[in-house]
Amino acid sequence: MDQAHVEKLKDIARDVRVLALSSMGHLGVGHVGGAMSVVDILTYLYYTEMHIDPKNPRDEQRDRLVLSKGHAGPALYAVLARKGFFPIEWLDTLNVGGTHLPSHCDRNQTPGIDMTTGSLGQGLSAAVGIALAMRMDGRTRRTFAIIGDGESQEGQNWEAAMCASQYGLDNLIAFTDYNKMQIDGTISDVMELEDLTARWAAFGWHVQKIDGHDFEAIEGAIESAKQTPGKPSMIILDTIKGKGCSFAEGKLSSHNMPISQEQLNEALAALKEVK
Amino acid sequence: MREVYAQTLISLAAENSNICVLEADLMGATGTKVFKEKFPGQFINVGVAEANLVGVAAGLSSEGKIPFAATFGTFASRRAFDQFFLSANYAKLNVKLVGTDPGVTAQFNGGTHMPFEDTGMMRLIPGLTIVEPCDTVSCERLIRLAAQHPGSMYIRLHRKGSQKIYDENAEFTLGKGMVLRDGSDVTLIASGFVMVPEALKAAGILKEEGIDAAVIDMHTVKPLDGELVLSYAKKTGAIVTCENHQVTGGLGGAVAEYLSSEYPVPVSRIGAQDVFGQVGTLDFLMKEYRLLATDIAEAARAVIKKKH
Repeated sequence: MDQAHVEKLKDIARDVRVLALSSMGHLGVGHVGGAMSVVDILTYLYYTEMHIDPKNPRDEQRDRLVLSKGHAGPALYAVLARKGFFPIEWLDTLNVGGTHLPSHCDRNQTPGIDMTTGSLGQGLSAAVGIALAMRMDGRTRRTFAIIGDGESQEGQNWEAAMCASQYGLDNLIAFTDYNKMQIDGTISDVMELEDLTARWAAFGWHVQKIDGHDFEAIEGAIESAKQTPGKPSMIILDTIKGKGCSFAEGKLSSHNMPISQEQLNEALAALKEVK
Repeated sequence: MREVYAQTLISLAAENSNICVLEADLMGATGTKVFKEKFPGQFINVGVAEANLVGVAAGLSSEGKIPFAATFGTFASRRAFDQFFLSANYAKLNVKLVGTDPGVTAQFNGGTHMPFEDTGMMRLIPGLTIVEPCDTVSCERLIRLAAQHPGSMYIRLHRKGSQKIYDENAEFTLGKGMVLRDGSDVTLIASGFVMVPEALKAAGILKEEGIDAAVIDMHTVKPLDGELVLSYAKKTGAIVTCENHQVTGGLGGAVAEYLSSEYPVPVSRIGAQDVFGQVGTLDFLMKEYRLLATDIAEAARAVIKKKH
């Protein structure tokens, strides 16, 4: 990836953060921390990697994405709106009664959402099913899945992990948003996941751990995953909860937090200033 | 019955490559090994992992596949309820979840494996269709209808043995009960392999006493055939529901809820009375939970006395 492309992705990610924060700021509450930490991976996937057609969201020949940590929906909505899946004005309707943008991802409400998620631990199983179906049909596109680190404490992930490995699903590339925080504290205080790399490897996955905010590292890891036949891939993204949001970055309280107008203005100004 | 399940799926898969069969280490019990041999590419065994069973089925369905995922009824309902609720139903996908060994037919597997609550739990899922075949003909027809039905379903499947109640040409519609015997004094509404024959036997016992009992096979517990229930409530003025399940939440609950607002008549409910399952032979368990024809006949006599 040349430097110009890196800069372009950084600009897009900043804009996505502005859009997602504004959208949550509208009702003054939201899952800021976990949404901000996945902005960079979503930006990379939708602006460099995935084959998608915003005019034809259910195109058979598209890559699929399951955002298993469904509460990060606002980050994905910002990306999808920016890509033209739906009007950007919809972002102001987040969680308003009758909206097409509910707090957690809903495949029947939002163009571009491939799977309904929200009850943590279920998305990876669905991604396994999607990857199996794509293989049955001889389709070469990939299935991407993003799970949370706290979410990784759900046992169903590990059922899905065994299954993906048993069926050799090399068309499945999953990411763990490893921001090291969950609702009740740090991951290590609540329920340690280390050695997370060794755990996924022990389940038969090709595992890499990278800086989840580094586009070049993301590119390299995805390329390596693509070149690993016969195994599903887990890319553990070392991330910062609330990344890029002045009032949330690195804060334990950022899982689902109130957002004052003052905080919002300050965060948006800071994001725009960097530019 | 399991042979019919497997052979019907084989026949469906021959016409439609989107039919998939999923198992959670109970392929031998469900009898789907023959399907695996014929269509290995459309067969998935997830191991002992029911949450993943339903989650993978949901993912397959989101790509247009028609997955039939089977496990014991206890695990299909209690173990994987949230997955079926959310990943399949809330997501408006098309997962056919098959719960086998209903109620007392779990026999020697005992209380841990005896689903007396599966239908009740499933009835709480908005818009879900729930069926329970009572013989080989209805099994074949209902599985075919399930494959055509555009939405998730729970299929409560008796596994071992076979019996024939319908003739080969019987026509079924989801949500439409079948009148097996007309009658004017009381209506016995039954579901499933174990209870439909008991209800028919009970009607025979009652006939000898001069009581004319209608018998309905309510193969679809949800959506309930309210029209049929209403017409027989009006015609006979008394109802006995017969189910191999708790009397709350399932068929008896559905009929009682419906009639309480539409046309209240006395309803007596045969089934497990707020108790857990246990080990035993089918005969022992039928007697223990008062599911026999004699119990149904007794309930019928009592409910007739309560008529308005």
